[in-house]
Amino acid sequence: MESRRNPRAVVDPKVRQVGFFTSQPDSTQQPDPIASASHPVSSISPSGNSLSPVMIPPPRHNSSDTFPLRAAVASAVSPSSFSYSSRRDFPDGSTTASPGRVSRASFARSHVPAASSLPGVGMDSMAAAKSSSVPASGLTTVSVVNMPPGLSAEGGKAPLVTSGTVASTNVKAAKPAKPTSQKNDVAVAAGPSEKKGGPSEKDRKKDAPHPRMQYDDESRVVKAKRRAVVKQTEAKNRVELFRHLPQYEHGTQLPDLETKFFQLDPMHPAVYKVGLQYLSGDISGGNARCIAMLQAFQEVVKDYSTPPEKTLNRDMTAKISSYVSFLIECRPLSVSMGNAIRFVKNRIAKLPITLAEFEAKAALQSDIERFINEKIIMADTVIVKHAVTKIRDGDVLLTYGSPTAVEMVLLRAHELRKKFRVLVVDSRPKLEGQLLLRRLIKRGINCTYTHINAISYIMHEVTKVFLGASSVLSNGTVYSRVGTACVAMVASAFRVPVLVCCEAYKFHERVQLDSICSNELGDPNAISKVHGREDINYLDGLTNNTNLQFLNLMYDATPSDYISMIITDYGMVPPTSVPVIVREYQKEHLLV
Amino acid sequence: MPDVQSTVLEFVNKLRKRKIEGSQATARYTVELLRSVISQQRVPHANQASALIDAVKAVGEQLIAANPVELAVGNVVRRVLHIIREEDLSLTTAAMGGLDLLDASDDDEDDKSRGIGYPAMSAAVVAAAARSTLRPPSLQTLLEGTPESATVPYTSSSGADSESKTADKSSITRKLKHDVIEGVNQLIQEIAGCHEQIAEQAVEHIHQNEVILTLGSSRTVLEFLCAAKEKKRSFRVFVAEGAPRYQGHLLAKELVARGLQTTVITDSAVFAMISRVNMVIIGAHAVMANGGVIGPVGVNMAALAAKKHAVPFVVLAGSHKLCPLYPHNPEVLLNELRSPSELLDFGEFSDCLDFGAGSGSPLLQVVNPTFDYVPPNLVSLFITDTGGHNPSYMYRLIADYYSADDLVMNGDK
Repeated sequence: MESRRNPRAVVDPKVRQVGFFTSQPDSTQQPDPIASASHPVSSISPSGNSLSPVMIPPPRHNSSDTFPLRAAVASAVSPSSFSYSSRRDFPDGSTTASPGRVSRASFARSHVPAASSLPGVGMDSMAAAKSSSVPASGLTTVSVVNMPPGLSAEGGKAPLVTSGTVASTNVKAAKPAKPTSQKNDVAVAAGPSEKKGGPSEKDRKKDAPHPRMQYDDESRVVKAKRRAVVKQTEAKNRVELFRHLPQYEHGTQLPDLETKFFQLDPMHPAVYKVGLQYLSGDISGGNARCIAMLQAFQEVVKDYSTPPEKTLNRDMTAKISSYVSFLIECRPLSVSMGNAIRFVKNRIAKLPITLAEFEAKAALQSDIERFINEKIIMADTVIVKHAVTKIRDGDVLLTYGSPTAVEMVLLRAHELRKKFRVLVVDSRPKLEGQLLLRRLIKRGINCTYTHINAISYIMHEVTKVFLGASSVLSNGTVYSRVGTACVAMVASAFRVPVLVCCEAYKFHERVQLDSICSNELGDPNAISKVHGREDINYLDGLTNNTNLQFLNLMYDATPSDYISMIITDYGMVPPTSVPVIVREYQKEHLLV
Repeated sequence: MPDVQSTVLEFVNKLRKRKIEGSQATARYTVELLRSVISQQRVPHANQASALIDAVKAVGEQLIAANPVELAVGNVVRRVLHIIREEDLSLTTAAMGGLDLLDASDDDEDDKSRGIGYPAMSAAVVAAAARSTLRPPSLQTLLEGTPESATVPYTSSSGADSESKTADKSSITRKLKHDVIEGVNQLIQEIAGCHEQIAEQAVEHIHQNEVILTLGSSRTVLEFLCAAKEKKRSFRVFVAEGAPRYQGHLLAKELVARGLQTTVITDSAVFAMISRVNMVIIGAHAVMANGGVIGPVGVNMAALAAKKHAVPFVVLAGSHKLCPLYPHNPEVLLNELRSPSELLDFGEFSDCLDFGAGSGSPLLQVVNPTFDYVPPNLVSLFITDTGGHNPSYMYRLIADYYSADDLVMNGDK
């Protein structure tokens, strides 16, 4: 069994390795030890993760790089690796395959017949090594990785032995080099360094997330309307503060769309159906919406046939984009859906041109299937596995709304015969807590139900708070159902730990400071009408009064200082580790 | 007497069944009831103040026991008792001291020494002593001690008094009741007029283009905001709807009727919106002696959010809401749980609410508290009819309104 804290192998006394390390530091030397070292790793089942769950396992390596070099290596061994980490592993000639180069190289090489097994292998290895560590070089922290752009020549010149050395000398070189390094310097520098510096700059440029559409920009709104399939009427009584978000009259689109169901030229029926389900609220919740959308896309791929004189890649990408705009008109995308769409588009773009149509379609479908399995379903099992360790006998757990991950955790803990009580907090207008309540009671879990105003009253008896998230942003802010921030704030005022369960595919690189910058506005009538309490409908019929507005926010942003820990499929991490995961892993799964 | 008794019983019933809502309405009813109790009470010639006090206390304890959570009842009872004591004191002082009221504080030690030798003056002495404790001693008297000359005319006048006392008794009797009822009328006026007094201060606190957040449905807050609007300040109000009673809807309706820009938000959105809010204004159900506030459920959440964003948290309270008690575990002891049907439909979960698996206790419990407690460190300002105060000052107002003897009433269980 590998020890949890392994002695750091200081390869070069001048060199300091930064970041979390894994078991075999000496495997950074040669490619072969990587193969041998990764054997024991793959033999470790995910459940027998020897690494402490709080340590972020280092990124896996690009399979395309390892394959041509060591085709003899057992399939289960070669986990997919990622471009910039391969920098450290291959001190020999393949170092010339610098970060950007590697990705392009892999692209070029992927039309080797072995390529079609790439996804398969990638899947196996990812499945096997998902939560366990991968040897080879350790994971360097973001700060180190950030150094490369603008490197001076010395930094990247010689083939370097370890990632640590590269990183550290980069650090050292970057510091004096930074004031003087320009793009020219990088271009001037010899061989490897040149390629290292250049593409990594370009990669870095792509890092800043694309700014989202702001709805107070008149010209863009008009343009978007022209392309729209769904006719939306703007709400009359708009809240000024939220002019940058779309506010439409609810209830008008559904009948309109239903009539158009059979005039479906531009739209695939599966996508149309999913859109209608979003609009009516039948499907809600990040995971459910994402899975529904991906399954619709699988149908699309299945039925697709390339029109003449068009390439599959471009045409399918265009089709997917049009479907996505339709879905946006039905209901704005959640972050999980956004990430999934990026993945799909990326896979389409990576399809080799020489592939036959049926092969390409099969590959795409299996990719989507793999995404659903790994990123959502298996991720949830891993999260449950981690989270149940946090539940003890006698605990009083509080949860808010109806998060799928938390529900699974509670049910599993109940299966394990732990004795605990659940407090379900609910709020208007969605009242999602009642659904969770029903499901928990059916399994025989002792529950207490209350509304969000009463959390100060009950918080003194709560031992832990479990929350779900729609997304976690790069500044550690948890973006989830409105009301989560209130619950987290009161919990932290009473010194109760707050744990957020969120799959890693929901992480996003953008940042947000408060709940106003980006949100979703729901139906204002849901506030003015109170279902089931006819005596309370004071505000019925006042919806069109100019003095009165209703604000139905769907999401809010919880600051990271209220969150104690985020439980993801990459382990249990503090909110500050989210940008690290985004950087290290989000690019990877796009490239796999 | 008997019909006063029946009125009392009727009021006790209403309180017990929570038919009367709102501290102002409760306070007004209580005062009027006590006024009729006082006017109907037959007082003996001697010690009439204590007779009145006992009568009021008896009724008061019944009322408090009927609804211990409605602190306004207890406050008002104590106010009336304080009025009785004060009027009694001022009457006795006026009667016996004659014109010499200047050296009132000197009387203390002198009277005590004299009291031993002059038993006829014992009542007056006691009254004067009590009066001097009520009035703080002046610096001059503390430093200079007691001049002899002051006591001489005192004794002579008091000697004269003891003869005329019995003659004055009957007039004193009528006068005490009369004064007490006048005092109680003043109290009624004060309770009824607290809204205007508080609303006058609105202009100082609300300015142009401000955004105000409020919770619950308090008439004080409504008048406050409308007063600011009258002065042509334009501002917006965010009202949290206050589920499950939805009092926010009521308030919003009234605000809109008066022409204020209102936005109704859900309670869960309070933290989301607080970063854009300039001030949080709420009306209190009761204010405790330590400066803590009992308010509609959800105000603690709003107060915490306001503290985090450094938004001033202003509490409006009429003086009849100031309770002389210090809160101990107020969340539980000064709270009421309402029916679960406000949260869950009766039919849906009824099987779980009654019995559960195994242990026999229900599998599902529903918690629906009415009130919330806000500790004094979260409150920025109290605005009462006597002006604006810090939470740390509230205990001082108690001495103005209440007597120490009345703090413990047997109804407070």
